[in-house]
Amino acid sequence: MGVRRVWTGNEACAEAAIAAGMRFFAGYPITPASEIAEVLARRLPEVGGSFIQMEDEIASIGAVIGASMAGAKSMTATSGPGFSLMQENLGFAAMAEVPCVVVDVQRVGPSSGVATHPAQGDVMQARWGTHGDHPVVALAPWSSRETYDVTVKAFNISERFRLPVVILSDAMVGHMSEDMEVPGSLEIVERPRPGVPPEEYQPYRAAGDGVPPMASFGDGYTWYTTGIVHDDTGFPCTGHPPTIDRAIRRLNSKVTEDVAMYEEYWLEDAEAVIVAYGSVARWALAAVKGLRAEGCRVGLFRPVILWPFPARELAGALGRAALAVVPEMNLGQILGEVERAAPKDVRVVGVNRVDSRMISIQEIAGVVKEACSS
Amino acid sequence: MTGGFARTIQTYLRPERLPTIWCQGCGNGIVIGALIRALAGSGVRREDVVVVSGIGCSGRASGYLNLPGFQPTHGRALPFATGVKIANPSLMVVAIMGDGDCLSIGGNHFLHAARRNLDITALVLNNSNYGMTGGQYAPTTPKGGLTTTTPYGNAERAVDIPALAQVAGATYVARSTSYHALELSGYIKRALVHRGFSVVEALCHCPTQYGKMNRLGSPVNMLKLQRDLAVSQARAASMPAGELAGRIITGEMVKPEGQGEEDYTTAYARVIKRAMEQARPVEETHECIPSLSGGYDPPLGKPTLLRVG
Ligand code: SF4
Repeated sequence: MGVRRVWTGNEACAEAAIAAGMRFFAGYPITPASEIAEVLARRLPEVGGSFIQMEDEIASIGAVIGASMAGAKSMTATSGPGFSLMQENLGFAAMAEVPCVVVDVQRVGPSSGVATHPAQGDVMQARWGTHGDHPVVALAPWSSRETYDVTVKAFNISERFRLPVVILSDAMVGHMSEDMEVPGSLEIVERPRPGVPPEEYQPYRAAGDGVPPMASFGDGYTWYTTGIVHDDTGFPCTGHPPTIDRAIRRLNSKVTEDVAMYEEYWLEDAEAVIVAYGSVARWALAAVKGLRAEGCRVGLFRPVILWPFPARELAGALGRAALAVVPEMNLGQILGEVERAAPKDVRVVGVNRVDSRMISIQEIAGVVKEACSS
Repeated sequence: MTGGFARTIQTYLRPERLPTIWCQGCGNGIVIGALIRALAGSGVRREDVVVVSGIGCSGRASGYLNLPGFQPTHGRALPFATGVKIANPSLMVVAIMGDGDCLSIGGNHFLHAARRNLDITALVLNNSNYGMTGGQYAPTTPKGGLTTTTPYGNAERAVDIPALAQVAGATYVARSTSYHALELSGYIKRALVHRGFSVVEALCHCPTQYGKMNRLGSPVNMLKLQRDLAVSQARAASMPAGELAGRIITGEMVKPEGQGEEDYTTAYARVIKRAMEQARPVEETHECIPSLSGGYDPPLGKPTLLRVG
């Protein structure tokens, strides 16, 4: 059993990152993510790690990727505007296959939006923000404790598959203090290391699982990489379409579906299923409880890993349902994914707010009841 | 070329990556030759060097060098290099950047890397324009210079790289040209061994784009022009300002005195030491209190949680 703490999601995130072995953080202040940097500026040097406040978010993610290439588990934290600035370098991390974790504590957008209030408007940016077809994993926690778990998991997935992983928190999860238990022991995954001598090492020769072992700068391997599409040697292969094709397809297929992570509540007999994630799922769960008390056959499907979207699992969860209700603090970003995943006879309805306020229990329950009866 | 240097070249280049993509007569090869001489003379093992380069003609240099290295995004060589250096301070980190890369898109990073006095060597190959994209004007294009985006002459003033590096806080700053290859190599070597942020500007002739647009003649002519326009700092100091217009002032503009200023990773090592001394045992850092209701809601139904494989 671990100890109990009262932590905000941002504090839990910072502490979990250290527990996961993160030893390099670079960031730039931004509401509502700044506390992650503040905690780490104090805590990282205590464990021999390094914290640096860079000149902007572009530099922050650049330093994070550089540090990871030199062998350090590394992370940055930001919100929407900063996340937008990071996109190009995130593409480099995807292309050069450099593990790193980016925390986006979402606030209302676009642009400066509402800095202090929660939103879920960066879901599609997390998926498609950088140009080109690229892999991404994104997780959306709904509590302080889950922010802790998800942060550890983000590092594990990032190291396991060698890619950037995004944590889509939001201003509510990030700023709300909650009592939580800190897990006593953790499963920690390290990146695959080369087993061959330096002269035989090819940095992008993938193992059977599609993930190439990764050397660090300074450990004796003279390796090279570039954001230009490259072959197994790490050098550009721009004149050879079949090699380009193979490289891009491998990047996009190495994240196997076993990263799916979700929760299901009362789905056994559910005729209506609410699909909700992040902080909104707390209200959704409360709505389900209320509706159940009234005898309504409703359940909740809560994806924790949003990307890759658990389409197959959701399709299974919608097995008996005629209705899927998708509450989101955006104008319907996961709604489209639910529509794609749902069997043809399932009606999909959104409940959307972009006015900086949480979606209420009554709003969600009201839509479920109205849709049920129509 | 002496036999010794030919062997050094063999060791520091990747013959299988040659020929380079650079135009015939380009100055890049001379500057990278000067870098190789300096690296070989620095006594640092190849495995302990990391070369981070920018995007553009000179950015390709990292791929020709048989050294650990990478080519990240345009303008961001210094932030990436910052992460490498902090994560492993024992590495010798060299950032090879073009002038547009370093001072236009990457200008902000240049200021802050210099201010922090990170122990990184910034080698800036200044060819006075954006060569790879077809010869557009750069922040280094001389006033009046012709490029594909200044067809009537450049209305902007060129940045003085060493002067900027100096005010930003770089602790070693020098400038030379592709004509003065040996002098340049000496400066690069001093920059490499200097503990702190070093900037070496190498004026580098670009016959294909800038040279052609401005009718500067053959690559050899452009080299001769560098020879004729170069004036050492000492001489420049005694020349009237009017005579200095259009000249290239070469030399070491900033040199460390005595111990020199503390570099970033040395300073941060003291931060770590202080933090470790002051760190309280984990039990005391937060109050342990009993569970409150309404926290992490335990699942009511039977949650299915799939684990990561
Ligand atoms: S365009 Fe200019 S700088 Fe680029 S390779 Fe050709 S000559 Fe060199």
